Amino acid sequence: MEELLREYLPILVFLVVAVGLGLVLILAAVVLAVRNPDPEKVSAYECGFNAFDDARMKFDVRFYLVAILFIIFDLEIAFLFPWAVGFKDMSDAGFWSMMVFLAVLTVGFAYEWKKGALEWE
Amino acid sequence: MSVSVFAFYLFSAGAIAGGLFTVLSRQPVHSVLWLILAFISSAGLFVLLGAEFVAMLLVIVYVGAVMVLFLFVVMMLDVDFAELKAEMARYMPLALLIGLVILMQFVMAYGAWDANAAAEGLRAQVISADRHNTEALGVILYDQYFLLFQLAGLILLVAMIGAIVLTLRHRTNIKRQDILAQMYRDPAKAMELRDVKPGQGL
Repeated sequence: MEELLREYLPILVFLVVAVGLGLVLILAAVVLAVRNPDPEKVSAYECGFNAFDDARMKFDVRFYLVAILFIIFDLEIAFLFPWAVGFKDMSDAGFWSMMVFLAVLTVGFAYEWKKGALEWE
Repeated sequence: MSVSVFAFYLFSAGAIAGGLFTVLSRQPVHSVLWLILAFISSAGLFVLLGAEFVAMLLVIVYVGAVMVLFLFVVMMLDVDFAELKAEMARYMPLALLIGLVILMQFVMAYGAWDANAAAEGLRAQVISADRHNTEALGVILYDQYFLLFQLAGLILLVAMIGAIVLTLRHRTNIKRQDILAQMYRDPAKAMELRDVKPGQGL
């Protein structure tokens, strides 16, 4: 247990340094920087004309589809990791269960390819 | 104070602050960013517990993918803050009532909580110390929990098909790539010169 945590110590040090550096830079900007805002400075820059609309416009739902398909295959890869690491001591049932899992998701992949969900139009 | 205790307090404070500001911040996008902080802090807490794989999974799946999805949802919704505030004022009494009920349930549950003396002994480390976390998980998950693992695969399949059925709309009158047709296209037939007589169209 202690051994495990010792391996993570460099990451902790890195994290602390990164957060500290970020905070120092932000606070330095707050303390040191000259701020003299006027309406023109703080308005959105729109290349010469006034902004048409709010920045909060609706996204196309197709981005969402791409993201959700990404999550599903992300999870598939996440399931593959312990399988690959523990492959040496694995029983036949473990091997074939992953094969069935991959087959099920391959069916989904074929469906999504056939439907054209991977195409961007 | 040892380093692991320091890390525990650091990640706990991060998780609590992240959760708190997720609820309190006014901008939905800021809420999502605070939620990312909460997830990363809980990943740190998982590492402290020795559950490395779960921690990395939390970072990869939740921070890397689910939060992107949340950002898309936040950006896709057309949030009107003034309207939202009015709605919130309307439902505030009900929300307070539900919060009170949950609080009372917590008080009752923890007031009557009586841990068995033998429970502490049962809290053994699940995996043996000489084995790597991910490896132990792999050996157990695919073998002993075969059915649950297959069910997870089926749920992913259903999610995939559901997302496609719900969101995929093929637009007509749009130029798509057709790779075979594009490769077999004959350049000689692509352009044709016509002799147009003056005063007449094609």
